Amino acid sequence: MTTIPTPLALVAELTHRCPLHCVYCSNPLEMVKRESELPTGEWARLFHEAVEAGILQVDFTGGEPLARPDIVELVHAARQAGLYASLITSGLPLDEAKLAALVDAGLDHFQLSFQGATEETARKISNTTSHPHKLRVLGWLKKHRIGVTLNFVIHRQNIHELEEMILLVEDHRPGCVEFASVQYYGWGLANREALMPTRRQLEYCVETLKQLEERLKGKTRVVFVVPDYYAKYPKPCVGGWGRKLMLVSPNGDVLPCHAANVIPGMQFDNVKEKSLREIWENAAAFRKFRGEEWMQEPCKTCDRRHLDFGGCRCQAFLLAGDAASTDPVCSLAPTRGKVDAVLAQVNEAKPAILEEKPEYLYRPNPA
Amino acid sequence: MKPEITATPRLAPGVRLNEKTQQPRMLLMPERALRLNGPSLEIVQLCDGKHTVQQIAQKLHALYAKAEPERITGDLLGYLELLHKERAVDF
Repeated sequence: MTTIPTPLALVAELTHRCPLHCVYCSNPLEMVKRESELPTGEWARLFHEAVEAGILQVDFTGGEPLARPDIVELVHAARQAGLYASLITSGLPLDEAKLAALVDAGLDHFQLSFQGATEETARKISNTTSHPHKLRVLGWLKKHRIGVTLNFVIHRQNIHELEEMILLVEDHRPGCVEFASVQYYGWGLANREALMPTRRQLEYCVETLKQLEERLKGKTRVVFVVPDYYAKYPKPCVGGWGRKLMLVSPNGDVLPCHAANVIPGMQFDNVKEKSLREIWENAAAFRKFRGEEWMQEPCKTCDRRHLDFGGCRCQAFLLAGDAASTDPVCSLAPTRGKVDAVLAQVNEAKPAILEEKPEYLYRPNPA
Repeated sequence: MKPEITATPRLAPGVRLNEKTQQPRMLLMPERALRLNGPSLEIVQLCDGKHTVQQIAQKLHALYAKAEPERITGDLLGYLELLHKERAVDF
Protein backbone atom coordinates (compact mmCIF):
# COMPACT_ATOMS: atom_id res chain seq x y z
CA MET A 1 0.00 0.00 0.00
CA THR A 2 1.42 3.35 -1.06
CA THR A 3 0.46 6.50 0.83
CA ILE A 4 -0.41 9.32 -1.51
CA PRO A 5 1.71 12.46 -1.08
CA THR A 6 0.40 16.00 -1.60
CA PRO A 7 1.18 17.54 -4.98
CA LEU A 8 3.16 20.80 -4.80
CA ALA A 9 3.23 22.17 -8.32
CA LEU A 10 0.94 22.36 -11.31
CA VAL A 11 2.71 22.64 -14.64
CA ALA A 12 0.23 24.45 -16.87
CA GLU A 13 1.23 23.75 -20.45
CA LEU A 14 -1.05 26.41 -21.93
CA THR A 15 -0.24 25.88 -25.59
CA HIS A 16 2.19 24.11 -27.86
CA ARG A 17 2.45 27.16 -30.09
CA CYS A 18 5.78 28.98 -29.90
CA PRO A 19 7.64 31.62 -31.93
CA LEU A 20 10.88 29.67 -31.34
CA HIS A 21 11.78 26.29 -32.86
CA CYS A 22 14.40 25.08 -30.42
CA VAL A 23 16.15 21.88 -31.36
CA TYR A 24 15.89 20.53 -27.80
CA CYS A 25 12.26 21.42 -27.06
CA SER A 26 10.72 19.09 -24.47
CA ASN A 27 7.30 19.21 -26.11
CA PRO A 28 6.06 15.94 -27.57
CA LEU A 29 6.69 15.25 -31.24
CA GLU A 30 2.94 15.19 -31.72
CA MET A 31 1.63 18.55 -30.58
CA VAL A 32 -1.80 19.77 -29.53
CA LYS A 33 -3.50 22.05 -32.08
CA ARG A 34 -4.75 25.52 -31.22
CA GLU A 35 -8.43 24.61 -31.52
CA SER A 36 -8.04 21.88 -28.90
CA GLU A 37 -6.56 24.22 -26.26
CA LEU A 38 -8.47 24.65 -22.99
CA PRO A 39 -10.34 27.97 -22.77
CA THR A 40 -9.68 30.63 -20.09
CA GLY A 41 -12.61 29.64 -17.87
CA GLU A 42 -11.58 26.01 -17.78
CA TRP A 43 -8.07 26.95 -16.58
CA ALA A 44 -9.50 29.32 -13.94
CA ARG A 45 -11.63 26.48 -12.56
CA LEU A 46 -8.56 24.23 -12.55
CA PHE A 47 -6.58 26.67 -10.41
CA HIS A 48 -9.22 26.39 -7.67
CA GLU A 49 -9.14 22.62 -7.95
CA ALA A 50 -5.35 22.73 -7.67
CA VAL A 51 -5.45 24.73 -4.42
CA GLU A 52 -8.10 22.38 -3.11
CA ALA A 53 -5.76 19.44 -3.85
CA GLY A 54 -2.97 21.14 -1.84
CA ILE A 55 -0.96 22.56 -4.75
CA LEU A 56 1.05 25.71 -3.92
CA GLN A 57 2.54 26.82 -7.22
CA VAL A 58 1.64 27.01 -10.87
CA ASP A 59 4.25 27.17 -13.63
CA PHE A 60 2.85 28.69 -16.80
CA THR A 61 4.67 27.12 -19.68
CA GLY A 62 4.10 25.80 -23.18
CA GLY A 63 5.11 26.09 -25.99
CA GLU A 64 5.26 29.76 -25.28
CA PRO A 65 2.70 30.80 -22.62
CA LEU A 66 2.76 34.40 -23.91
CA ALA A 67 1.27 33.07 -27.16
CA ARG A 68 -2.02 32.85 -25.24
CA PRO A 69 -3.83 36.20 -25.62
CA ASP A 70 -5.45 35.61 -22.20
CA ILE A 71 -2.17 35.17 -20.28
CA VAL A 72 -2.73 38.22 -18.02
CA GLU A 73 -6.19 36.97 -17.15
CA LEU A 74 -4.81 33.50 -16.40
CA VAL A 75 -2.11 34.86 -14.06
CA HIS A 76 -4.76 36.91 -12.28
CA ALA A 77 -7.02 33.87 -11.92
CA ALA A 78 -4.17 31.77 -10.50
CA ARG A 79 -3.33 34.43 -7.91
CA GLN A 80 -7.00 34.83 -6.98
CA ALA A 81 -7.21 31.10 -6.38
CA GLY A 82 -4.20 31.31 -4.04
CA LEU A 83 -1.34 29.98 -6.18
CA TYR A 84 2.22 31.27 -6.52
CA ALA A 85 2.55 32.07 -10.23
CA SER A 86 5.66 31.56 -12.36
CA LEU A 87 5.99 32.31 -16.05
CA ILE A 88 8.45 30.10 -17.92
CA THR A 89 9.04 32.00 -21.12
CA SER A 90 11.24 32.88 -24.07
CA GLY A 91 10.21 36.52 -23.62
CA LEU A 92 8.39 36.61 -26.97
CA PRO A 93 5.91 38.10 -27.73
CA LEU A 94 6.20 40.70 -24.97
CA ASP A 95 6.32 44.46 -24.67
CA GLU A 96 6.78 46.75 -21.67
CA ALA A 97 3.05 47.32 -21.15
CA LYS A 98 2.28 43.59 -21.20
CA LEU A 99 5.02 42.92 -18.66
CA ALA A 100 3.60 45.62 -16.38
CA ALA A 101 0.13 44.09 -16.77
CA LEU A 102 1.46 40.66 -15.82
CA VAL A 103 3.12 42.08 -12.71
CA ASP A 104 -0.08 43.96 -11.80
CA ALA A 105 -2.02 40.72 -12.21
CA GLY A 106 0.20 39.23 -9.51
CA LEU A 107 2.94 37.38 -11.37
CA ASP A 108 5.46 36.24 -8.74
CA HIS A 109 8.32 34.91 -10.81
CA PHE A 110 9.58 35.37 -14.35
CA GLN A 111 11.90 32.74 -15.81
CA LEU A 112 13.53 33.87 -19.03
CA SER A 113 15.22 31.31 -21.25
CA PHE A 114 18.34 31.93 -23.30
CA GLN A 115 19.57 29.82 -26.21
CA GLY A 116 23.06 31.30 -26.13
CA ALA A 117 24.94 34.51 -25.29
CA THR A 118 24.97 35.81 -28.87
CA GLU A 119 22.36 36.28 -31.57
CA GLU A 120 24.29 34.06 -33.95
CA THR A 121 24.22 31.01 -31.69
CA ALA A 122 20.69 31.65 -30.42
CA ARG A 123 19.41 31.80 -33.99
CA LYS A 124 21.04 28.52 -34.93
CA ILE A 125 19.36 26.81 -31.98
CA SER A 126 15.91 28.41 -32.15
CA ASN A 127 15.71 29.20 -35.88
CA THR A 128 14.28 32.58 -34.86
CA THR A 129 15.66 36.03 -34.13
CA SER A 130 15.00 36.45 -30.43
CA HIS A 131 18.21 37.30 -28.59
CA PRO A 132 18.12 41.13 -28.93
CA HIS A 133 14.54 41.09 -27.70
CA LYS A 134 15.48 39.00 -24.66
CA LEU A 135 18.08 41.62 -23.74
CA ARG A 136 15.36 44.28 -23.91
CA VAL A 137 13.13 42.16 -21.66
CA LEU A 138 16.00 41.93 -19.15
CA GLY A 139 16.12 45.72 -19.02
CA TRP A 140 12.34 46.02 -18.46
CA LEU A 141 12.45 43.44 -15.67
CA LYS A 142 14.72 45.74 -13.65
CA LYS A 143 11.78 48.11 -13.19
CA HIS A 144 9.71 45.54 -11.32
CA ARG A 145 10.13 43.82 -7.99
CA ILE A 146 9.44 40.20 -8.94
CA GLY A 147 11.50 37.02 -8.83
CA VAL A 148 13.73 36.60 -11.87
CA THR A 149 15.48 33.46 -13.04
CA LEU A 150 17.67 33.36 -16.12
CA ASN A 151 17.71 29.95 -17.71
CA PHE A 152 20.54 29.10 -20.08
CA VAL A 153 19.98 25.81 -21.86
CA ILE A 154 23.46 24.45 -22.51
CA HIS A 155 24.85 21.76 -24.80
CA ARG A 156 27.81 21.05 -27.06
CA GLN A 157 26.95 23.85 -29.51
CA ASN A 158 26.91 26.74 -27.00
CA ILE A 159 29.13 25.83 -24.04
CA HIS A 160 31.91 27.89 -25.65
CA GLU A 161 29.80 30.95 -24.74
CA LEU A 162 29.61 30.13 -21.04
CA GLU A 163 31.83 33.08 -20.03
CA GLU A 164 29.61 35.48 -21.98
CA MET A 165 26.51 33.97 -20.39
CA ILE A 166 28.10 34.59 -16.99
CA LEU A 167 28.76 38.23 -17.92
CA LEU A 168 25.03 38.62 -18.62
CA VAL A 169 24.26 37.14 -15.20
CA GLU A 170 26.72 39.39 -13.37
CA ASP A 171 25.37 42.38 -15.22
CA HIS A 172 21.76 41.65 -14.32
CA ARG A 173 22.06 39.91 -10.92
CA PRO A 174 18.87 37.82 -11.03
CA GLY A 175 17.73 35.95 -7.90
CA CYS A 176 18.59 32.71 -9.63
CA VAL A 177 20.41 31.47 -12.69
CA GLU A 178 20.06 28.00 -14.10
CA PHE A 179 22.52 26.40 -16.45
CA ALA A 180 20.36 23.56 -17.61
CA SER A 181 21.95 20.87 -19.72
CA VAL A 182 19.67 19.63 -22.47
CA GLN A 183 17.66 16.59 -21.45
CA TYR A 184 17.14 14.01 -24.15
CA TYR A 185 13.41 13.75 -24.69
CA GLY A 186 11.18 14.93 -27.51
CA TRP A 187 13.12 17.11 -29.95
CA GLY A 188 16.23 16.94 -27.74
CA LEU A 189 16.44 13.20 -28.29
CA ALA A 190 15.92 13.64 -32.01
CA ASN A 191 18.95 15.99 -32.07
CA ARG A 192 21.00 14.21 -29.39
CA GLU A 193 24.09 13.49 -31.49
CA ALA A 194 24.54 17.19 -32.25
CA LEU A 195 23.83 18.39 -28.70
CA MET A 196 25.60 15.96 -26.38
CA PRO A 197 28.53 17.77 -24.72
CA THR A 198 31.98 16.22 -24.55
CA ARG A 199 33.43 15.14 -21.22
CA ARG A 200 35.94 17.98 -21.44
CA GLN A 201 33.14 20.50 -21.88
CA LEU A 202 31.32 19.05 -18.90
CA GLU A 203 34.40 19.27 -16.69
CA TYR A 204 34.90 22.87 -17.78
CA CYS A 205 31.27 23.69 -16.85
CA VAL A 206 31.53 22.04 -13.44
CA GLU A 207 34.69 23.97 -12.57
CA THR A 208 33.53 27.33 -13.96
CA LEU A 209 30.11 27.16 -12.35
CA LYS A 210 31.52 26.14 -8.99
CA GLN A 211 33.59 29.33 -9.02
CA LEU A 212 30.55 31.35 -10.08
CA GLU A 213 28.49 29.92 -7.24
CA GLU A 214 31.18 30.95 -4.76
CA ARG A 215 31.39 34.44 -6.25
CA LEU A 216 27.63 35.06 -6.24
CA LYS A 217 26.84 33.51 -2.85
CA GLY A 218 24.02 35.43 -1.16
CA LYS A 219 23.32 37.37 -4.36
CA THR A 220 22.31 34.94 -7.09
CA ARG A 221 21.54 31.28 -6.59
CA VAL A 222 23.42 29.23 -9.19
CA VAL A 223 21.83 25.98 -10.31
CA PHE A 224 23.62 23.58 -12.65
CA VAL A 225 21.56 20.79 -14.16
CA VAL A 226 24.07 18.17 -15.29
CA PRO A 227 23.66 16.10 -18.43
CA ASP A 228 22.49 12.91 -16.76
CA TYR A 229 24.16 10.61 -19.32
CA TYR A 230 27.42 11.53 -17.55
CA ALA A 231 26.08 10.96 -14.04
CA LYS A 232 26.81 7.98 -11.82
CA TYR A 233 23.26 7.84 -10.51
CA PRO A 234 20.04 8.99 -12.16
CA LYS A 235 18.13 12.16 -11.36
CA PRO A 236 15.06 11.87 -9.11
CA CYS A 237 12.92 12.66 -12.15
CA VAL A 238 10.08 15.13 -11.35
CA GLY A 239 10.83 14.45 -7.66
CA GLY A 240 9.42 10.95 -8.11
CA TRP A 241 6.48 9.83 -10.23
CA GLY A 242 3.17 11.11 -8.83
CA ARG A 243 4.87 12.58 -5.77
CA LYS A 244 5.24 16.30 -6.43
CA LEU A 245 3.82 17.56 -9.66
CA MET A 246 1.11 17.20 -12.21
CA LEU A 247 1.24 18.54 -15.74
CA VAL A 248 -1.84 19.64 -17.61
CA SER A 249 -1.29 19.62 -21.37
CA PRO A 250 -2.93 22.23 -23.65
CA ASN A 251 -5.98 20.02 -24.26
CA GLY A 252 -6.51 19.17 -20.58
CA ASP A 253 -4.86 15.75 -20.41
CA VAL A 254 -3.13 15.32 -17.05
CA LEU A 255 0.35 13.77 -17.10
CA PRO A 256 2.81 12.84 -14.34
CA CYS A 257 5.65 14.47 -16.36
CA HIS A 258 6.42 16.19 -19.68
CA ALA A 259 7.32 13.04 -21.54
CA ALA A 260 4.93 10.44 -20.08
CA ASN A 261 3.08 10.05 -23.37
CA VAL A 262 6.09 8.31 -24.93
CA ILE A 263 5.40 5.27 -22.74
CA PRO A 264 3.20 2.87 -24.71
CA GLY A 265 -0.17 1.99 -23.26
CA MET A 266 -0.39 5.03 -21.00
CA GLN A 267 -3.84 6.57 -20.83
CA PHE A 268 -4.39 10.02 -19.41
CA ASP A 269 -7.46 11.41 -17.71
CA ASN A 270 -8.73 14.79 -18.81
CA VAL A 271 -9.69 17.74 -16.59
CA LYS A 272 -12.99 18.06 -18.45
CA GLU A 273 -14.10 14.75 -16.98
CA LYS A 274 -12.51 14.50 -13.52
CA SER A 275 -11.22 16.78 -10.79
CA LEU A 276 -7.49 17.25 -10.32
CA ARG A 277 -7.62 15.64 -6.89
CA GLU A 278 -9.43 12.59 -8.25
CA ILE A 279 -6.84 12.30 -11.03
CA TRP A 280 -3.94 12.76 -8.62
CA GLU A 281 -5.19 10.07 -6.29
CA ASN A 282 -6.74 7.52 -8.60
CA ALA A 283 -5.70 7.94 -12.22
CA ALA A 284 -4.00 4.84 -13.60
CA ALA A 285 -1.23 7.00 -15.11
CA PHE A 286 -0.30 8.42 -11.69
CA ARG A 287 -0.54 5.10 -9.88
CA LYS A 288 1.52 3.25 -12.45
CA PHE A 289 4.97 4.15 -11.06
CA ARG A 290 4.07 5.69 -7.70
CA GLY A 291 5.77 4.07 -4.73
CA GLU A 292 8.04 1.05 -5.18
CA GLU A 293 5.91 -1.91 -6.12
CA TRP A 294 6.65 -1.57 -9.83
CA MET A 295 10.42 -1.65 -9.32
CA GLN A 296 12.71 -4.33 -10.70
CA GLU A 297 16.24 -5.26 -9.66
CA PRO A 298 18.60 -3.54 -9.07
CA CYS A 299 16.26 -0.71 -7.93
CA LYS A 300 14.01 -2.93 -5.85
CA THR A 301 16.65 -3.61 -3.18
CA CYS A 302 18.86 -0.57 -3.76
CA ASP A 303 19.55 1.83 -0.88
CA ARG A 304 19.20 4.76 -3.25
CA ARG A 305 15.63 3.99 -4.29
CA HIS A 306 14.27 6.59 -1.82
CA LEU A 307 16.64 9.22 -3.25
CA ASP A 308 16.16 8.84 -6.98
CA PHE A 309 13.07 6.60 -7.28
CA GLY A 310 14.80 4.58 -9.97
CA GLY A 311 15.40 7.66 -12.14
CA CYS A 312 13.28 8.54 -15.13
CA ARG A 313 10.59 6.16 -16.41
CA CYS A 314 10.46 7.80 -19.82
CA GLN A 315 14.22 7.55 -20.26
CA ALA A 316 14.07 3.89 -19.19
CA PHE A 317 11.57 3.28 -21.97
CA LEU A 318 13.31 5.44 -24.59
CA LEU A 319 16.75 3.88 -24.06
CA ALA A 320 16.06 0.41 -22.68
CA GLY A 321 12.61 -0.29 -24.08
CA ASP A 322 11.08 -1.01 -20.65
CA ALA A 323 9.56 1.83 -18.62
CA ALA A 324 9.76 -0.20 -15.38
CA SER A 325 13.47 -0.90 -15.69
CA THR A 326 16.28 1.03 -13.99
CA ASP A 327 17.06 4.30 -15.73
CA PRO A 328 19.94 3.33 -18.07
CA VAL A 329 22.03 6.32 -16.96
CA CYS A 330 22.47 4.60 -13.57
CA SER A 331 25.89 2.97 -13.23
CA LEU A 332 24.12 -0.01 -11.63
CA ALA A 333 21.69 -0.48 -14.54
CA PRO A 334 22.22 -3.59 -16.68
CA THR A 335 21.56 -1.36 -19.72
CA ARG A 336 24.18 1.30 -18.88
CA GLY A 337 26.11 0.16 -21.95
CA LYS A 338 23.61 1.92 -24.19
CA VAL A 339 24.43 5.25 -22.55
CA ASP A 340 28.17 4.59 -22.60
CA ALA A 341 27.94 3.89 -26.33
CA VAL A 342 26.37 7.33 -26.92
CA LEU A 343 29.10 8.98 -24.84
CA ALA A 344 31.85 7.07 -26.62
CA GLN A 345 30.56 8.29 -29.95
CA VAL A 346 30.95 11.91 -28.82
CA ASN A 347 34.18 11.59 -26.86
CA GLU A 348 36.04 9.43 -29.34
CA ALA A 349 34.97 11.37 -32.40
CA LYS A 350 37.60 13.28 -34.34
CA PRO A 351 37.44 17.05 -33.62
CA ALA A 352 36.61 17.72 -37.27
CA ILE A 353 33.43 15.67 -36.95
CA LEU A 354 32.35 17.54 -33.81
CA GLU A 355 32.89 20.85 -35.60
CA GLU A 356 30.73 19.95 -38.58
CA LYS A 357 27.64 22.07 -38.97
CA PRO A 358 24.84 19.98 -37.46
CA GLU A 359 21.79 19.15 -39.48
CA TYR A 360 19.14 19.91 -36.91
CA LEU A 361 15.59 18.76 -36.82
CA TYR A 362 13.80 21.97 -35.81
CA ARG A 363 10.65 21.82 -33.76
CA PRO A 364 7.77 23.04 -35.94
CA ASN A 365 4.59 24.74 -34.77
CA PRO A 366 1.37 22.76 -34.33
CA ALA A 367 -0.99 23.15 -37.25
CA MET B 1 26.47 35.37 6.20
CA LYS B 2 24.79 36.55 9.41
CA PRO B 3 23.08 39.97 9.38
CA GLU B 4 24.24 42.96 11.42
CA ILE B 5 21.98 43.73 14.38
CA THR B 6 21.12 47.07 12.71
CA ALA B 7 20.22 45.49 9.35
CA THR B 8 16.62 45.59 8.11
CA PRO B 9 15.92 42.23 6.48
CA ARG B 10 13.38 42.14 3.70
CA LEU B 11 11.88 39.28 1.71
CA ALA B 12 13.71 38.97 -1.62
CA PRO B 13 11.89 39.67 -4.91
CA GLY B 14 9.62 36.75 -5.80
CA VAL B 15 9.35 35.60 -2.18
CA ARG B 16 6.12 35.89 -0.21
CA LEU B 17 3.86 34.20 2.28
CA ASN B 18 0.86 32.24 1.12
CA GLU B 19 -2.56 33.69 1.93
CA LYS B 20 -3.70 34.05 5.55
CA THR B 21 -6.55 31.62 4.88
CA GLN B 22 -4.19 28.88 3.66
CA GLN B 23 -2.84 26.29 6.09
CA PRO B 24 -0.11 25.47 6.79
CA ARG B 25 1.52 28.86 6.35
CA MET B 26 4.35 28.63 3.80
CA LEU B 27 7.05 30.88 2.45
CA LEU B 28 6.76 30.66 -1.33
CA MET B 29 9.67 31.29 -3.66
CA PRO B 30 10.72 30.35 -7.17
CA GLU B 31 10.33 26.58 -7.51
CA ARG B 32 10.48 26.07 -3.73
CA ALA B 33 8.46 26.50 -0.58
CA LEU B 34 9.38 26.52 3.11
CA ARG B 35 6.96 25.49 5.82
CA LEU B 36 6.72 28.07 8.59
CA ASN B 37 6.14 26.93 12.16
CA GLY B 38 5.83 29.07 15.30
CA PRO B 39 8.61 31.66 15.50
CA SER B 40 9.69 31.20 11.87
CA LEU B 41 6.32 32.62 10.78
CA GLU B 42 6.67 35.57 13.16
CA ILE B 43 10.19 36.27 11.93
CA VAL B 44 9.24 36.16 8.26
CA GLN B 45 6.29 38.49 8.88
CA LEU B 46 8.71 41.04 10.33
CA CYS B 47 11.12 40.84 7.38
CA ASP B 48 9.53 43.91 5.83
CA GLY B 49 12.59 46.12 5.31
CA LYS B 50 11.47 48.34 8.21
CA HIS B 51 12.20 46.34 11.37
CA THR B 52 15.86 45.98 12.37
CA VAL B 53 17.20 42.63 13.49
CA GLN B 54 17.33 44.08 16.99
CA GLN B 55 13.65 45.06 16.86
CA ILE B 56 12.68 41.63 15.58
CA ALA B 57 14.65 40.07 18.47
CA GLN B 58 12.82 42.32 20.96
CA LYS B 59 9.43 41.27 19.59
CA LEU B 60 10.42 37.64 19.88
CA HIS B 61 11.62 38.17 23.45
CA ALA B 62 8.20 39.56 24.32
CA LEU B 63 6.40 36.65 22.61
CA TYR B 64 8.63 33.97 24.14
CA ALA B 65 9.27 35.47 27.59
CA LYS B 66 10.24 32.12 29.07
CA ALA B 67 13.13 31.50 26.67
CA GLU B 68 16.60 32.93 27.26
CA PRO B 69 17.06 36.18 25.30
CA GLU B 70 20.57 35.24 24.06
CA ARG B 71 19.26 31.96 22.78
CA ILE B 72 16.41 33.68 20.92
CA THR B 73 18.79 36.18 19.31
CA GLY B 74 21.18 33.39 18.35
CA ASP B 75 18.38 31.36 16.76
CA LEU B 76 17.09 34.46 14.95
CA LEU B 77 20.51 35.23 13.44
CA GLY B 78 20.90 31.59 12.40
CA TYR B 79 17.48 31.52 10.74
CA LEU B 80 18.11 34.79 8.88
CA GLU B 81 21.44 33.40 7.70
CA LEU B 82 19.64 30.34 6.32
CA LEU B 83 16.98 32.47 4.58
CA HIS B 84 19.72 34.64 3.09
CA LYS B 85 21.58 31.62 1.78
CA GLU B 86 18.34 30.39 0.19
CA ARG B 87 17.91 33.81 -1.42
CA ALA B 88 14.65 34.27 0.48
CA VAL B 89 15.77 37.36 2.41
CA ASP B 90 17.94 40.38 1.58
CA PHE B 91 19.77 42.43 4.20
